[in-house]
Amino acid sequence: MSAVLALNDVFSLFLHCLSLSLLAVGGGMTVIPEFHRYLVGEQAWLSDAQFTSSVALAQAAPGPNVLFVALLGWNAGFNGGGYALALLCAVVSMLGLLIPSTTLTLAITRWMHRNRELRIIQAFKQGMAPLVVALLFAAAVLLGSAYSNPASDRALWVLGAIAFVLLWKTKIHLLWMLGAGAVLGAMGWV
Amino acid sequence: MTPEQLQPEHAPTAGHPLPRSPADLFWSFSAMALQGFGGVMAVAQNELVERRRWMTREEFIGDWAVAQVLPGPNMVNLSLMMGDRCFGLRGALAAMAGMLTFPSMLVLLLAALYSSVGSIPEVQGALRGMGAVIVSLIAVNAVKLAGALNSNAMGLVVCWVLAVVAFVAVALLRLPLLWALLLLGGLGWAWAWRQLGQAKSLKAAS
Repeated sequence: MSAVLALNDVFSLFLHCLSLSLLAVGGGMTVIPEFHRYLVGEQAWLSDAQFTSSVALAQAAPGPNVLFVALLGWNAGFNGGGYALALLCAVVSMLGLLIPSTTLTLAITRWMHRNRELRIIQAFKQGMAPLVVALLFAAAVLLGSAYSNPASDRALWVLGAIAFVLLWKTKIHLLWMLGAGAVLGAMGWV
Repeated sequence: MTPEQLQPEHAPTAGHPLPRSPADLFWSFSAMALQGFGGVMAVAQNELVERRRWMTREEFIGDWAVAQVLPGPNMVNLSLMMGDRCFGLRGALAAMAGMLTFPSMLVLLLAALYSSVGSIPEVQGALRGMGAVIVSLIAVNAVKLAGALNSNAMGLVVCWVLAVVAFVAVALLRLPLLWALLLLGGLGWAWAWRQLGQAKSLKAAS
């Protein structure tokens, strides 16, 4: 971990992120294995533990999960030379990962929007709709199954059930619910 | 060009409110991103469809499907699509910047503090409590978006068969998302294409 990152290392980090961008189909998390192979295995810029905690922190913090890429860059840069290099590597990684996919998304969605009356495009959106709904149910079940210990998680399920009813039936703002969850959790009541 | 001149061409559909300016987009997407513990999609659906009414449920489902199939982070893709339609490239960049700026500053700050803060039981408890609320929000969204299937061209029965098979594949069998999207999405696409064609020829005949 003591290796100092040179500028050409930063450039190769940028190129690596560029090359992964268009492979990130189905969300940013799909390129995690490839990042792990490159950063921890090939270049040894990060330890295994730093890699795992970067991904976990990005998931726990608010915002899109793809921010784990900024964190990986940050930690690699920090290991290699301190705060300035950390910031540079975080920015470079995010730009690399986002520029190709952003350009492609804009080009394709503009074309789709201009041709939105075409049968093939309407069929795509309608045909995918059941999957969107199913993936949401799946996400709720997968995330919820982390709390499946009846002894320690009963209070948490009560909180979840109350939140479900309130969010479904009332206009109460999500921030209030998040705040209540945070306070109850911090007090150790759920 | 003023936003007003851009609206007719870029507006998703007439008949519901839209963001007033790129700045409005930036702050709205910032607010959504900062509430998105464990992913922003559920918050975005809640804000864009239920609260601000910038999109209908049907539009959201369609756009989310596109955002998910294209490469890149789903929420970034959705921000780009929404912003681009309202104010062109400026809107797209404003929405994307909103999605990323404050959360990335926050996450880097947390990373600097994490080694000391992350192990505090109160912090872990707070994350656990907020996690439960987000899981409930995702479940509520699933129920609400399921309502949009009523108006789907494929018919309700086909929709639910596809949805149940996709759920079993992803949640229970843990198959890779990409395969579910390709296989079941492809099937849905083909079936919807057929149904839309029949609806069109029926209309033409009558």
